[in-house]
Amino acid sequence: MALPFLILTFLFSYLPLHGWLYAFYNYRPGIPLRQNEFVGFYWFTSIVSNPTQTAEVLRVLRNTFAMSSLGILTSVLPVIFAIFLSEIRTNWFRKTVQVLTTLPNFISWVLVYSFAFALFSTNTGFVNRILMQLGVIERGINFLASDRHVWLTMILWSTWKGLGWNAIMYLAAITSIDTELYEAAKVDGAGRFSMMWHITVPGIMPTYFVLLLLQIANFINNGMEQYYVFQNAINKDYIEVLDLYVYNIGMIGTSFSFATAVSALKSLVSVFLLMVANGLSKLIRGESIL
Amino acid sequence: MKAKKRSNGETIFNTVNCFMFLIYTLVCVFPFYYLFINTISSNELTGLGLVTFYPKDIHFSNYMQVLKIKGLPNAALVSLARTVIGTLTTVVASAFLGFLFTQKQMWGRKFWYRYIVVTMYFNAGILPWFITMMNLRLTNNFLAYILPYIVQPFYIILIKTYVESIPSSLQESAQLDGAGYLVIFFRIIFPLITPILATVAVFSAVNQWNSFTDTLFLMTDSKYYTLQFVLYRYLNEATALASIIKSTQGPVTLDVKSIQTPTSVRMTVSMIVVAPILLVYPYFQRYFVRGIIIGAVKG
Repeated sequence: MALPFLILTFLFSYLPLHGWLYAFYNYRPGIPLRQNEFVGFYWFTSIVSNPTQTAEVLRVLRNTFAMSSLGILTSVLPVIFAIFLSEIRTNWFRKTVQVLTTLPNFISWVLVYSFAFALFSTNTGFVNRILMQLGVIERGINFLASDRHVWLTMILWSTWKGLGWNAIMYLAAITSIDTELYEAAKVDGAGRFSMMWHITVPGIMPTYFVLLLLQIANFINNGMEQYYVFQNAINKDYIEVLDLYVYNIGMIGTSFSFATAVSALKSLVSVFLLMVANGLSKLIRGESIL
Repeated sequence: MKAKKRSNGETIFNTVNCFMFLIYTLVCVFPFYYLFINTISSNELTGLGLVTFYPKDIHFSNYMQVLKIKGLPNAALVSLARTVIGTLTTVVASAFLGFLFTQKQMWGRKFWYRYIVVTMYFNAGILPWFITMMNLRLTNNFLAYILPYIVQPFYIILIKTYVESIPSSLQESAQLDGAGYLVIFFRIIFPLITPILATVAVFSAVNQWNSFTDTLFLMTDSKYYTLQFVLYRYLNEATALASIIKSTQGPVTLDVKSIQTPTSVRMTVSMIVVAPILLVYPYFQRYFVRGIIIGAVKG
């Protein structure tokens, strides 16, 4: 009876792997695969041997590494958020903050872009309006079509969207810390900050460690939705991460086979990273993360 | 004296702490509020960016006007259909598989469980996926919104973990009474796992409603466009949007504040896209939280 479901899994998760074959041909859409020229590892080697393609791939890798590194740097923000939020003793206030700050996580990137459009457009957007009224600027700044600080704005948007939600895991970890620890510390005369530092922080470190490892495992999987909706002709050089690049040259452009080669390599590297992260976890925690 | 000093410090800390969270919460909520007040303000003022903190010259005609735009009601229907059908099929399949994988007698149980779970960790990439969907005739086909999402490892893990926490004696006594698997599943397990099914349902519904890239990859026929996709096009194709508005508005003489502009259409459609989330979210927030916490135990 499970058979139909096993077939669905095969069709949508395993069968697509055969598409990697397209990386070994000079595929032109519309023509059956076998009738295209077989080129072996040509596309794979062209990543390093063809200077223009090397430059392109390096540019895209730079963006990918920049965004992922910023993502890892900002991964402490939810920890800080959770620690300070749990210090708020007024129940209704804490709960309201928690509910309202997780809300952005549940809207799509298209909608986030729509918000960005409404708030930051050149002359009529809220931010430009306020800045002009305050006399900070004379003419509107075109925030969205700008190649400056692209990485920073992208990380700010993903923080806006994800901070409250990512903190939930840590909030749960904090509530599971034994309250006797705090009471004992209080008896010993520990202040608020020292309790936060010596009890709360160590209490949620295991959770942080696991999530950090998962983030490292996903280092080159930025996804494309956020970058796709925010991309335009001006910021393209800085916003194109691997996933978006593969889409742009494979689906919009004509380099289907080359794009498939890049994406197949990407998949292999990301499986490798996952193994490394899992190995690290086994080594340090004695427990696997998979 | 010492005690008083410390409580002063406490008060300052509490105030600053609450204040910081208040600011951040406002940052999270303001965009929603800003779009809303703009959709109910005079479109003329909105177009000039003059509505900033509170609505001006209030009217509600935008929400009626926007439904007259060609293709928009259809997109809403597609979004709604994929959310309802997609959620139902995913929940039923996940419940069934989650239960099945707890049954020790299942043939090749461990193997098939791994066969499904391992798909979380690799990905063929979008181009091979696109080719496969094309070969399966799932481009420009509504089923492309349903079939690929039926079997989802994460939900199956959530449900399996939950079923395992139910005392096995319940099931054993039913078996002694001669109940088959289906009877056990529907009569005994299903009613007991409704809390986790609710969690899976809200996750799945939000994902379906928010899905955007599958339309981008697979659909060229506008009758399969979803609201998310239509909104994206409105945001990016200003001239096309202006002509769409022109053709829907016709020669009708309207009050100047309710004449549609690209800005008013974008904002109103955005509010329509976000409305279901806003309506459902406060009630289901705890289900989301439960999902992420159970998932963390064995993710």
